[in-house]
Amino acid sequence: MLNYLLQRLATIIPTLFFVSVLIFTLQQLLPGDPAIALAGEDRDPNVVAYLRAKFHLDEPLPVRYWYWVSGVLQGDLGESVRIQKPVTELILQKLPVTIQLAAMAMVIALLIGITAGVISAVKKDTWWDYGANIFALWGLSTPNFWLGILLILLFAVQLGWLPASGYVSPFEDLKANLAAMIMPAFVLGNAIAAVLMRHTRSAMLQVLSSDYVRTARAKGLDERVVVLKHALRNALIPVITLGALEFGTLLSGAVLTEQVFTIPGFGKLIVDAVFNRDYLVVQGVVLFTATVYITLNLIADLAYFVVNPRMRH
Amino acid sequence: MRTVLLAALFVFSALVQSQTLRIGLAEDPDILDPTMARTFVGRIVFAGLCDKLFDLDEKLNFVPQLATSYKWSADNKSLEIKLRDGVTFHDGEKMDAQAVKYNLERHKNMKGSNRRGELAVVSSVDAVDASTVRINLSAPFAPLLAALTDRAGMMVSPKAAEAAGEKFGANPVCSGPFRFVERIAQDRIVVERYPNYWNKGQIHFQRIVYQPIVDATVRLANLRSGQLDFIERVGPADVPQLKNDSRFKLARIVEIGYQGITINVGKSDLAQKNPLGKDARVREAFELSLDRNAIVKVAMEGEAQPGNQWVAPTNQYYAKSVALPKRNVERAKQLLREAGVTNPSFTLMTPTTSDAQRIAQVVQAMAKEAGFDVKIQSTEFATSLNLSDKGQYEAFVLAWSGRADPDGNLHTFLACKGPLNNAGYCKPEVDEAIEKARVTLDPKERAKLYEVVATNVAKDRPIIYLFHRHWLWAHNAKLTGLRTVPDGMVRVQGLKMN
Repeated sequence: MLNYLLQRLATIIPTLFFVSVLIFTLQQLLPGDPAIALAGEDRDPNVVAYLRAKFHLDEPLPVRYWYWVSGVLQGDLGESVRIQKPVTELILQKLPVTIQLAAMAMVIALLIGITAGVISAVKKDTWWDYGANIFALWGLSTPNFWLGILLILLFAVQLGWLPASGYVSPFEDLKANLAAMIMPAFVLGNAIAAVLMRHTRSAMLQVLSSDYVRTARAKGLDERVVVLKHALRNALIPVITLGALEFGTLLSGAVLTEQVFTIPGFGKLIVDAVFNRDYLVVQGVVLFTATVYITLNLIADLAYFVVNPRMRH
Repeated sequence: MRTVLLAALFVFSALVQSQTLRIGLAEDPDILDPTMARTFVGRIVFAGLCDKLFDLDEKLNFVPQLATSYKWSADNKSLEIKLRDGVTFHDGEKMDAQAVKYNLERHKNMKGSNRRGELAVVSSVDAVDASTVRINLSAPFAPLLAALTDRAGMMVSPKAAEAAGEKFGANPVCSGPFRFVERIAQDRIVVERYPNYWNKGQIHFQRIVYQPIVDATVRLANLRSGQLDFIERVGPADVPQLKNDSRFKLARIVEIGYQGITINVGKSDLAQKNPLGKDARVREAFELSLDRNAIVKVAMEGEAQPGNQWVAPTNQYYAKSVALPKRNVERAKQLLREAGVTNPSFTLMTPTTSDAQRIAQVVQAMAKEAGFDVKIQSTEFATSLNLSDKGQYEAFVLAWSGRADPDGNLHTFLACKGPLNNAGYCKPEVDEAIEKARVTLDPKERAKLYEVVATNVAKDRPIIYLFHRHWLWAHNAKLTGLRTVPDGMVRVQGLKMN
């Protein structure tokens, strides 16, 4: 286990280096002069020249990369030129919001997805199964922004039960925070639940037809124990990987959902930064989310060991 | 007893609620430093935060704010401004002539200042006495007063500016009715009432929360659900439902900017490769193929005023002798025949905003009837600006938010050396008139000069002006005291929740 862990950790450093080069290079491919984008409507030539000098835009690419990466290695991700705030501060400001949204969405997705997947597999080819499949298809094919706006119109405008959008810190007012987050979390969780449901269903069907399940049944075990203790535990392995990947995606920001519900998270931060060519924000946030993603993948791999004893050998 | 307490608590919380004004913005503002600021939406926040030397009224007249009066010298090369007494910045420092001198010099000299161009003619600033400041110019400059009604006229605390340096925008200290409390990027900007504001009798809220909500539908949903009291830039399609709801009121103002199509007539080689850029008859035919009223009706749901100049027909500098052309497809076809190109083709570059896309589609359909083959090229905004700056386009749909003085809508785009003259237009008599209008202070004389420009531009068509949008504001019907000034700023003085 320790060897495996060390091996995996050793691959993280070159991966992150590659990611940093990729982020930097891809951003250079964006059309448009960042200095012009940042200089505003007037595009005053003096301001454009000042911005070029400030961000070393006239220097060769490797030199610019070095300026950035040497700062990163010292823990300085730079500063947003648009709003004059350090990128690290912006990340720390947005991170709790995004984590909360991702966690709530994931809980909703797991609750709905795994439950529906198990029921669908156990009750294969019944109305339960068809219903769960229709639900999955609906979840996968409903655009987030459309569902979001419909929910806002229903729960905020018509019924007045929930706020239409915005964010309140849980430390300020927990009730208001949950009220603000439940709709976006449901919208996000709904789409992921559909994916999880499909995977849980196919994994469960495979496991339920395996020898050890037949043995368990032959031993006269209660069907609930067979399904929940023996089958589900094994079937959850691919679902955990998928869940971790989806969680990583959620942490990198749910752009449309955050936009519709005005949740000040990563997605909104990065989209605004791309459109405003706020390069250091884009680079800093992408590098951070890549690190989180890689770490989550590692955690998922390690979770296999916990869930499946056979892998420990 | 319990019921009484609960009722008291309810009334108290309702009062606290009513003391906060919640404004929904269409975008997230940029740096909150008047010297560095670049965006239109940032100016809306500044209207609550930073007072200016002068302000504009509903008819675009200059009215005093931090200044009480002004006087031009006999040669029009210096402007003496009397300042209001007893004004302090939010940190308690005095707003006097020295502070004004400091601010104007900061605007002019600070690295990366966006105000340098607006104050280029300012050669020096003298603090004559504590309440008098003299601005000396290298040449007379009529647009100066208008610049002082905007960010160039906003005064910040010299002490705070010196201490914060380039980071001043993160914690701005001005002298407006509200002082800065906090900013959570992309979420909210909170300001609170400044108790020592010079005009505090006009301030009826304790706090203002500015919330950027990009999506117009969501912004409206927030207003309808009671989470916001005021929203700017209502989607034109949402106007009918607001009109039928007595809980809300709608305000409509014709903007000082414009929406138009810029044509590459000389910016790059592309101009000579395309009949539209090369031949004025083809441009005339193109304009004659367009029906501005129909464009406004279809693309803007009627929420704009058709126009053919850089200022709206209601503006005092609009040249009435240069009338709005009517659609004439037959004449357009005839002109194309005369030019020897019956089916000219060109690419119309448009930003990806929904307004610009709709305009391009309507223009494409209309021009087709006269024989034009218009290819729409949707281009992300920053990229489109870059391409237009380099002259890598044939025609470009572009909106300009506008400036209070007509020069701000004209010189940059059509003077030979205008920094954003992306049409590549340069005509000596037009250039002379534009430059002369800058140094002429008499409005009637200026209007005559602008008439010369309008006559030529209408003939040469480097820019085909289409319309002037309506600033559409929606607000809680109980909110009173709203002033509808064409610059689109939300002035908080006098706003009250009844």
